[in-house]
Amino acid sequence: MKVLITGIAGRLGQLVAERLVDEGHQVIGIDRRAWVGAPRGIELHEIDIRKRAAEDVFRKHRPDGVIHMATVTHLTVQSEDRYRINLHGTRAIFDHCHAYGAKQAIFVGRHTYYGAAHDSPLYHREDDPPMGGTTFPELADLVAADLYAGMALWRFPELQTAVLRICYTLGPARVGTLAGFLRGPRVPTVMGFDPLFHFLHERDTAEAICAALGAKLRGVFNVAGPPPMPLSLIVKLAGRKTIPVPEPLFRFALGRFGLPRLPEGALQHIKYPVVIDASAFRAATGFAHRHDEDRTIDGFRDGYDRG
Amino acid sequence: MAWLIDREVKERVRRIELPWSRHGVDPCGITQRDVARMFTLIGWLYRRYFRVTVVGIGNVPGRGRAMLVGNHSGGVALDALMVLASTFYEMEPPRLAQGMAEKFINRMPVVSQMTLGAGQLPGLPENALRLLTDERLLMVFPEGARGTAKLYRERNSLVGFGTGFMRLAMETRTPIVPFGFVGCGEAIPTVMNLVKLGKLFGVPYIPVTPYIFPVPRPVALRLEYGEPTVFAGTGAEDDEVIAGHVAKVTDQIAALIARGVEARS
Repeated sequence: MKVLITGIAGRLGQLVAERLVDEGHQVIGIDRRAWVGAPRGIELHEIDIRKRAAEDVFRKHRPDGVIHMATVTHLTVQSEDRYRINLHGTRAIFDHCHAYGAKQAIFVGRHTYYGAAHDSPLYHREDDPPMGGTTFPELADLVAADLYAGMALWRFPELQTAVLRICYTLGPARVGTLAGFLRGPRVPTVMGFDPLFHFLHERDTAEAICAALGAKLRGVFNVAGPPPMPLSLIVKLAGRKTIPVPEPLFRFALGRFGLPRLPEGALQHIKYPVVIDASAFRAATGFAHRHDEDRTIDGFRDGYDRG
Repeated sequence: MAWLIDREVKERVRRIELPWSRHGVDPCGITQRDVARMFTLIGWLYRRYFRVTVVGIGNVPGRGRAMLVGNHSGGVALDALMVLASTFYEMEPPRLAQGMAEKFINRMPVVSQMTLGAGQLPGLPENALRLLTDERLLMVFPEGARGTAKLYRERNSLVGFGTGFMRLAMETRTPIVPFGFVGCGEAIPTVMNLVKLGKLFGVPYIPVTPYIFPVPRPVALRLEYGEPTVFAGTGAEDDEVIAGHVAKVTDQIAALIARGVEARS
């Protein structure tokens, strides 16, 4: 199968690409960033998904499957540009899928779509409304991109579209929202709150995306592996130290005393859990994680990939 | 933090049949540490401070989904704590009843962490459904905060029952175990509820007793469980049908309360 991956130079994109090559697929990648040391056999295009050159890649190769991972978070792009990349980029990709006869499209989204709130159910199912944008404006564009991608299900019925809402990714690469939060030796928590965090090993995440492709998945699915864990326990197992900060002082303390800088809305996500029910995805794809929560945290802590 | 944890309680907590991870955490965020700490505190109230008589604990199923449904009284949800203690101390192996807590609790630092860690989730239908599907023991006070707001003279009465619990029980074919609780209204004899002051603190109201503070007095409490009932149906029936079933449960609870009042006098 000919598979096109956008955002291929990201750690997750690389893992998915390597896996697909191993499985015998032909992989084409698009990314604004370069991927140094990419395995042979992967054709890379260092371009922006919103530009004409990206459409040329679709026209020339006519991929059977497209995995869209080129969305950015507030952690990497801190400007209005984020909206353009996430929304116009997603629109362009789905339009090209339709125009150039792709059979399958996978949108790789995030479980923070559901948002964290004191009165939301503990386990979110796919039909829960997105509350992320209300408390955490930095998430609004990702929520919109998720919903926009879901529109392809009725706009382009011939295209098998899967929207994946994947929990936090953790692992030796130490990239991603949760990894960034845990990077320093001291991790700030809101005093008196210890929410559950749901995470998946980066290799399992890549495997889940490939499983969605293999199963020709259609619809919206939560993706998770091991059960969630309280933040304080994750921090402890990761060899870090929690610094409980009283909520009124939290905004003041961030970015000082060796604590990470976070947008204001992130506070809700450190106070309340975002936990997902991924049973529908498991039933539809047969996906089972290989790394339990301990191994995943070990991998992150040691930065050593045991594969 | 091992302080405030009784060794015997810790041992019992370990025997609760929940899908504990290697770290003593379950998929709903219940931690053995928080449960043990809760029962170390409640255990003292349950065994030493109050004289609690529990009748009919055999009616609570040892395994599988079940819903404990009963009455509230007495300013703060002391009765809920004693119900938790009864299934923890009187059952073998111990069972953890999981209450459907008021949503405001989840906003309060420390309190939120303690209640969630001890398995007392915010009272949302989605949470209740999940716990029952996971074959857990649910504790429901269909009177809600209206129930704890009862004044001293209303202590053994029942106020409007919600119907959500019945629809959920029918949908999931969950046996309802009614219970009647007597004595909490005397432990915390509420003469007045301060609603405006409560709002300032982010709670529905603050109960006032003749001695001002809602500190419980060491009285005799009586908790009686009735026989479980499974109500047949889908949970999508008309309001009248559901109301009829709820009335049956209310009558059972009223009868259990009446028995309790008689036994204590």
